[in-house]
Amino acid sequence: MSERAAKITPTDDDEQPDDQITDSATPDAAAETETEADSESTPKPVTNGAESVIRALENAGVEYAFGVQGGAIMPVYDALYDSDITHITMAHEQGASHAADAYGIVAGKPGICLATSGPGATNLVTGLADADMDSDPMVALTGQVPTEFVGNDAFQETDTTGVTTPVTKNNSFATDPDRVGTDVSEAFALASEGRPGPTLVDLPKDITKSETDVEPDAPKTPDTYTVQEEADPEIVEAAAERIENSERPALLLGGGVIKAEASEVCREFAIEHEIPVITTMPGLGSFPEDHELSMEMAGMHGTGYANMAVTHCDTLIGIGTRFDDRLTGGIETFAPDAELIHIDIDPAEISKNIHADYPLVGDAATVVEQLQEAVDASPQATKWRAQCQQWKSDYSMAYDTPEDEPVQPQFVVEALDEATSDNAIVTTGVGQHQMWACQYWTYTEPRTWVSSHGLGTMGYGLPAAIGARVAADDDQEVVCIDGDGSFLMTLQGLSVAVREDLDITVAVLNNEYIGMVRQWQDAFFDGRHSASDYGWMPEFDKLAEAFGAQGFRIDEYDDVADTIQDAIAYDGPSVIDVHIDPQANVYPMVPSGGDNGQFALTEDQL
Amino acid sequence: MTDEKRQQGLEGPPPEERRTPAGRRNKQGIRIDPEVEATHKPRRTVISALVEHEPGVLAEVSGLFSRRQFNIESLTVGPTKDDDRARITVVVEEPDPGIDQIKKQLRKLLPVISVRELEPDAMRRELALVKVDAHDPAAVSAVAEMYDAKTVDSSPETATFEITGARQKINAAVETFSQFGIREISRTGLTALARGTDETAAAPSTDATASAADEANQQQTQQYTQTTTDD
Repeated sequence: MSERAAKITPTDDDEQPDDQITDSATPDAAAETETEADSESTPKPVTNGAESVIRALENAGVEYAFGVQGGAIMPVYDALYDSDITHITMAHEQGASHAADAYGIVAGKPGICLATSGPGATNLVTGLADADMDSDPMVALTGQVPTEFVGNDAFQETDTTGVTTPVTKNNSFATDPDRVGTDVSEAFALASEGRPGPTLVDLPKDITKSETDVEPDAPKTPDTYTVQEEADPEIVEAAAERIENSERPALLLGGGVIKAEASEVCREFAIEHEIPVITTMPGLGSFPEDHELSMEMAGMHGTGYANMAVTHCDTLIGIGTRFDDRLTGGIETFAPDAELIHIDIDPAEISKNIHADYPLVGDAATVVEQLQEAVDASPQATKWRAQCQQWKSDYSMAYDTPEDEPVQPQFVVEALDEATSDNAIVTTGVGQHQMWACQYWTYTEPRTWVSSHGLGTMGYGLPAAIGARVAADDDQEVVCIDGDGSFLMTLQGLSVAVREDLDITVAVLNNEYIGMVRQWQDAFFDGRHSASDYGWMPEFDKLAEAFGAQGFRIDEYDDVADTIQDAIAYDGPSVIDVHIDPQANVYPMVPSGGDNGQFALTEDQL
Repeated sequence: MTDEKRQQGLEGPPPEERRTPAGRRNKQGIRIDPEVEATHKPRRTVISALVEHEPGVLAEVSGLFSRRQFNIESLTVGPTKDDDRARITVVVEEPDPGIDQIKKQLRKLLPVISVRELEPDAMRRELALVKVDAHDPAAVSAVAEMYDAKTVDSSPETATFEITGARQKINAAVETFSQFGIREISRTGLTALARGTDETAAAPSTDATASAADEANQQQTQQYTQTTTDD
């Protein structure tokens, strides 16, 4: 990545000061010089607030930042000019926030995004809300008008901390140049410790411009912020006993398992005690879906077998999940026979939606180890496991591929999965394509699934692919499975992918509909396609070419394998415009508020 | 594109052929006897929070209540013996699980140092200013005396009284004063402190979040299930 992504200077074609061209034209040489400089000299002392902000990021080990320039944030960008942090200029601030979010998911440490005051800051809000819902670590730094103008409706002023309070884990307004770097350090620590989430520091221009020689403190959360690592041993014992005596146990792994790096211990626990494993959507990848014990994803568009298992279990061990309504369906019918053992680092998640009979507050990896220690005998659940396998065959995720019909989207997702390696990263937008990507891609590794879960943000896929690409290892493929409606919302990000020469493959499952809405309209609104018919879609392959990316198009089954091969092999951003069956729908489906066990397999059953 | 659809879907036994479990949960996600419709009834309670005395903290706390749709009855805030700390006293009416959520969500706010639900015997006081028509001064002052109301202003036509006490007392006073004709009322909302040596919501010797976690870790048997009396 470091070879592809230039520092502030995008490419050598751009008009930039000479020294910058040298930097980006010979990245290797530049990198070497930097390394030498690092080892030989200590960094220059900070001289103003903005430099202190950047120093705080450097101290935290930040390598990349995503953002857009603007008036009030200019001092910070000026300080960034001399930094080793690679800044990736995005085409829109929303893209910056999604890219930072995805970076955080893949890298497991906060992604950084920057924006100016007013419109820059408000454009970040969607990405902040998205990260907040999904507990993704992220730090947003926003410019603000000078302190003396604050509150006067000055040019490009908004009350950014006011606007973002409901969608951030914490935010702060910098008031002191001597402290501003420490504010940023603290925001960084808060974003990743405990339950992760987005944090924001609002930076008035006078604070970042003012002189200071105060070096920021190392990242550290405030003293009042403490996190409980270990769960109460007595409840652990009681929960262990419940598991031992359980006849129909099931594990439910949420996104928190991945965030807490608890996938490995959860796998060991499940396999040792032969407990079937269900995941939530953010939990995809926490347990290998090709393992016999995997029941895959439960919820509104979860597999039939996962929903049967979650409905009929007698002990449900929920780890790092907040029991979102897309998972539970109607509360009354969610795991109605199950005693719930709930492991979560956030006390407020305990009994928020589903009452926890065994509340275990703590770090997922630590608590599962505690539980592992406490469970002396595996539950006797042979019959239950056989039943789970039976459900797998009763409700298999099969689909037809009739030659006289347009290409089925499920086939495309499976073909993409086949063409890529196990550790390939999938990002998506939101809609039908996202559900097919959940259902028909076999996830085996954590941090390979990057999607907008809680907020359901259309347009998330492409900027997320940019952030994921930057965070991913060089040998990891990054595939964005997008929908036509979703892609259209943020496709200006293609300019960034081209400029930075990012090797990503975007497959647009194009049905010329806001497909999920169309599906609901067919089911619940008498087929009245109000504003969901997108018959005016551009040709995405040609659009990609216009941006300088490689364009591909799939119209029939014979094209699928080869075209995907070519697109994946292309070293740079490529877009496949996949013309899928416009009438294809997502099944199984639990209507919202419905009974998970009563999922519909066809429209008639809704 | 025609709207004529191919019948699509997956194979498998339809919903009516599937066994469904007998159990049920109530709206609060608690497993219940399906024969008995059990829900938690709302109750009034007082929650006291010690917070950093910094700009925006009240907005943060009140914003939390509004966006989470917690039913708030009154909220008062004022300084404490420590200049850097303020105390927020909130009266809420919610079912037990809701009250639990309020406490936990409050604790998550960074400027919130500690949170406690007060016991029913806590001291609760409210202050009201009541401006009444005073055409019959003797009768008005007789009522005022009954409720320990202090005269803070009087004119040939009006008298304004300060009444301090529990909510019921103020309600009763207002009702009695109404026979003279009430011109205006201003009430402060409730403030409260725990009795005796019991600390209301102090900076904890250990740490705020851990105690929140401890509480969440406990089986959720409610300590204060009776409806409070305000006295």
